[in-house]
Amino acid sequence: MRESIKKIMSSQLVIPLFSLFLLVVFNLVRDPGFFSISIATNNQGYRVLSGNLISIFNGASAIAIISIGMTPITSCCRGQDISVAAVAAIAGSVFVSVLRSNEITVPVIIFAFVCSCLVSVLFSLFNGVLVAVFRIQPMIATLILFSAGRSIAYWINGGATPTVSSPLLASIGGFIPGIPIPTPIIIMVLFLVLISIVLRLTTLGLYTQVVGINEGTAHLNGIDPVRVKLVSFVISGICVATAGCITVCRIGLINHETLLLDAEMDVILAVAIGGTSLGGGKFSLFGSVIGAYIIQALTVTLYAMKVPSAAVKAYKAAVIILIVMLSSPVVKEFFINLYRKSFKKQAEKKKITISAS
Amino acid sequence: MKKDRDLLTGKTEKKRREPISNTTLLMTITVCTFFGMYLLSMMIWKGGFLNPQQFLDLFNNNAYLLIIACGLTMVMISGGIDISGGGITALVTMVCVVYLEDHGGTVLGSILISLGIGLAFGLMHGILVSCFEIQPFIVTLAGMFLARGMITIVSIAPRTATQESFLRLKQARITLPGIGYYGKTGNFIPAQIEPGVIIAISIVVIVAVILKWTRFGRNLYAIGGNSHSALTLGINVKRTKFFAYLAAGLLSGISGYVYLLHTGAGDAANAAQAEMQAIASNIIGGTLLTGGVGNVIGTLFGMLSLKTITNIVIASGLTKPYYQSITTGLMLCFFILLQSLILAVREKGRVRLLPEWMRPGKTGKTGKTESH
Amino acid sequence: MQNDIVLSMRNINKSFPGVRALQNVDFTLRKGEIHALMGENGAGKSTLIKVLTGVYPKDSGQIFLDLKGGLKEINVKSPHEAQTLGISTVYQEITLCPNLTVAENMFIGRGEYRLVNWRTMKKRATGLLEKFNIPARATQQLDTCSIAVQQLVAIARAVDMDCKVLILDEPTSSLDEQEVEKLFALMRDLKSRGVGIIFVTHFLDQMYEISDMVTVLRNGELVGEYEVRNLPRVELISKMMGKDLDDVSTIQKRDLPDGKQDAPPVCEAVGLSSTKCPNAFDFRISKGEVNGFTGLLGSGRSESVRAIFAADKITGGKMKINGKEVKIRKPRDAMMHGIGYLPEDRKRDGIVEDLSVRENIILALQVMKGFFKPFSRAEAEAFADKYIKLLGIKTASMDTPIKSLSGGNQQKVILARWLLTNPQYLILDEPTRGIDVGTKIEIQKLIQKLAEEGVSITFISSEIEEMLRTCSRLIVMRDRKMAGELKGEEMTQDNIIRMIAGEAEQDA
Repeated sequence: MRESIKKIMSSQLVIPLFSLFLLVVFNLVRDPGFFSISIATNNQGYRVLSGNLISIFNGASAIAIISIGMTPITSCCRGQDISVAAVAAIAGSVFVSVLRSNEITVPVIIFAFVCSCLVSVLFSLFNGVLVAVFRIQPMIATLILFSAGRSIAYWINGGATPTVSSPLLASIGGFIPGIPIPTPIIIMVLFLVLISIVLRLTTLGLYTQVVGINEGTAHLNGIDPVRVKLVSFVISGICVATAGCITVCRIGLINHETLLLDAEMDVILAVAIGGTSLGGGKFSLFGSVIGAYIIQALTVTLYAMKVPSAAVKAYKAAVIILIVMLSSPVVKEFFINLYRKSFKKQAEKKKITISAS
Repeated sequence: MKKDRDLLTGKTEKKRREPISNTTLLMTITVCTFFGMYLLSMMIWKGGFLNPQQFLDLFNNNAYLLIIACGLTMVMISGGIDISGGGITALVTMVCVVYLEDHGGTVLGSILISLGIGLAFGLMHGILVSCFEIQPFIVTLAGMFLARGMITIVSIAPRTATQESFLRLKQARITLPGIGYYGKTGNFIPAQIEPGVIIAISIVVIVAVILKWTRFGRNLYAIGGNSHSALTLGINVKRTKFFAYLAAGLLSGISGYVYLLHTGAGDAANAAQAEMQAIASNIIGGTLLTGGVGNVIGTLFGMLSLKTITNIVIASGLTKPYYQSITTGLMLCFFILLQSLILAVREKGRVRLLPEWMRPGKTGKTGKTESH
Repeated sequence: MQNDIVLSMRNINKSFPGVRALQNVDFTLRKGEIHALMGENGAGKSTLIKVLTGVYPKDSGQIFLDLKGGLKEINVKSPHEAQTLGISTVYQEITLCPNLTVAENMFIGRGEYRLVNWRTMKKRATGLLEKFNIPARATQQLDTCSIAVQQLVAIARAVDMDCKVLILDEPTSSLDEQEVEKLFALMRDLKSRGVGIIFVTHFLDQMYEISDMVTVLRNGELVGEYEVRNLPRVELISKMMGKDLDDVSTIQKRDLPDGKQDAPPVCEAVGLSSTKCPNAFDFRISKGEVNGFTGLLGSGRSESVRAIFAADKITGGKMKINGKEVKIRKPRDAMMHGIGYLPEDRKRDGIVEDLSVRENIILALQVMKGFFKPFSRAEAEAFADKYIKLLGIKTASMDTPIKSLSGGNQQKVILARWLLTNPQYLILDEPTRGIDVGTKIEIQKLIQKLAEEGVSITFISSEIEEMLRTCSRLIVMRDRKMAGELKGEEMTQDNIIRMIAGEAEQDA
């Protein structure tokens, strides 16, 4: 029993799961019906699942997907990519451009997605080369696209905010007729499964962690750190493109200024809450996804409490601070010492009773 | 830029008496870049660049940014980061305006409030980073969110300051005699400096003195160089880091007041992107994110260079808004690459550079090397 | 040597979760005494030092320091406090700030000033540098100085702070003979001024040369305090290890192949050079041969073997494995041809600290197996299990992060990593450095066993007797070039030193 408690306590997922648990409890106490899922009829007349819980999972999809891409970068490059939202805007712009110049059919959508992936990967590789080859700190290297990215997106669309609409796109951003679960959630799950398979069938997980923990050692054991880092940026590029396209489908237009605004901050928070150290090394994809859901759950909870949207940031910040404080090494040690002291007392009590008997 | 050439080859340093430190080197490059750019602009685009007021406006419009960047320099030298600058600035503007307008506040009161808010945030950041050992990026990110969020809680809509005593302060100008330009009607309009600029320059000087001559400042460099060593050398790392963040917060508060003096209004969109621009100013100015290297003079010229680029872009006719940030991005790219190149060359040069005592006198052969 | 006691530690106890690091340990230091502290890894030496300097709080016990008015009990809560009390430490890893100048490093953190007076600082620093004969300039940035100089600066700083107790923790690990002599001269100078010095070291020779007293710890307990001149080596080693050291003598020189064989050499390099080893050299090693690279610190021993493994960028030369020419341009190429490399600095280049013992063991073999063929959990566990048993690695489980193991056990893990790849040629760079005597002997025996099984081994060590004992051929390096080769009977300490000195002697 003690062994399994120890294992759980030291697992990376403790804090995120615990935080999620707290959020759930808080909401249930506040409003028992908060998490109820009901079946409603949406605009197209189909029966779909709806409710706060669905809203949380749905809204977090884009962030969660980007977090999946950000996690390996954080792990092996020991820093954050703050340009993800800007590159998502670029990807979204490309997606819209291609769609607008053609009739929107399924093959066209796929083609548009592939194009946006390619462009996104290209920009990610730009970041990747700066980080891996020129050995520039990730946060600094990605500052470039952070500043210029949205403007590049703007420029791709000729300085406008064009709209695209089509039932097909709506079904990607919303619901596929007949399936009650919102499509973004499905896409996210698919992504997670895909990446997990990649991690299982290749040594990418091990290599990424080794490079992140000690690059020199990685080199001396035959790993090419440059290649590993570039691969992590490619993966991120694909994730970012997916998130950008989903968001475009959901809102039906591309606004370079507001698309996934401040998303990079949410993503970094998700990764941090999820248990991956921002300084590189061991990572947890699952944790990052949970982190994304925590952040979204927080947002939805706040909206449900009638907090105005501009003020949501403040409350988010307060909760984040709390969570991060609880998972800080100092606090952890405090609790471990407490735990040990209480155990010592128990053990001593036992000793006394034994020796007394 | 002769200095560049000498230093890029690295080897020529051997002839110098004492190779200049990384800090000084990078700063020199920035200063040269700025002056080079400005002089070139004066020659190529003439127009506005020949107007001294435009040069002074670089300071007038961006005094607040300079102040945030100075605070950031101190934090970055110690190896940390603070991205809450813009948020605190904006919050201060809103709170001060509301105080002045709705609560009949005094100018002195508003100054105290701005300092107080800055200190409060700095305190929070300092405690979380030094006592709880949480990563500064997250802490200051949360701080930024908190600040920006609180703005709308104070007031949803933008507010303008109309209180008289404040307006008098806001409209005060220092006129430079003799320097000026000819307006459209042919009148000579002397160049003017806003009060915020005086504050900003004073802060630059103060921070420069702190960094060069005080124990606190030197401790920042030590911690940035090797925080474990700093600890064993007897430096109270926790306390020093705490004060670095406290100072950065305080400076953000001051920056808020200066911003208010400049625009006279509180608005949730104030100082947008300020923190990233402050970071960019630092990077261009030669402050390394990894710590241990940095200089406020460099930051000052980094900021000037950054803003000059914007002016150049406008002057060259590229008026579409996206050109500005694209050029900013390009400039950043250039400087980042330049810095990493120079540092890499210096590192290589150093490994081969034998300390003088190792070079034998008689035979002239190379002696032992450091590596083994 | 005066007999006044300057430091007395009594009944010190310190435990960590699951480990009793110190049990009722006593330690006494007198004024003007150089007192060595010896023991295997895990004996408690560094813990004792850390308790004394306030890095760890002790569980129980008392520490007395000679303050004004005699021995008083002290309670050291932090390194800073220790410094103020007059206990200074110079650690093995340079704990100075590379981005500050020499002068600043000497005076920062001492609480002497609020405002910096650069001129005074430079003057004082220059004075200190001259006093202790340190070849550096006060305004020089510290990272432009060699490691040896940096260490001397650290010591000068400690001494300048009027310390009563100077603790030197493995100070000679990165120094060559000349630098060690300089250090010893400084220590003798301090001794004559009445400073008490605690000298923690693994090097027996040095300990015998400079120390007056020695305290031996074993498994967290005090074995005893002895006068060095009355303690023969064998007795010392047996006290440290807890058993009689016959094992040392059981390592006999076997008839090892000395390079003259019919079969083509396992590994042959012609004109090999790299960015860190610019002087091209030739090299060959036969099957089952154990050869060694020796030379002064800085002679290029490590760089040469790294070039064989392509750890640094190769700038020229050809390589032949078993007679066939091959292209080895990066470590993976070398690995795929059956070469393994145990790096000199295991902390920096060897261990992947946050990963588990199991993951560290399978790493190299996994890379060789390929990106698309990860080992299953069961396979990895089987490998790890085998080598934990084979090498006697002391670890709580195979999933413990490697950073919680002791130095010796970490080294065993890295060794396991390379043994798992079944190499035909294994390069071991200082495999026994910083390791307790017991493990050292285990490793030396292992090397012999591997050689008997046909593995070729290159062995680098700063302890010449180790190399004389295990190698059949020695390559002597000087100034990053091969100075010569010694085999068989030629291999004596004298010949080695003569070859290292070589031309330099003629010039002098």
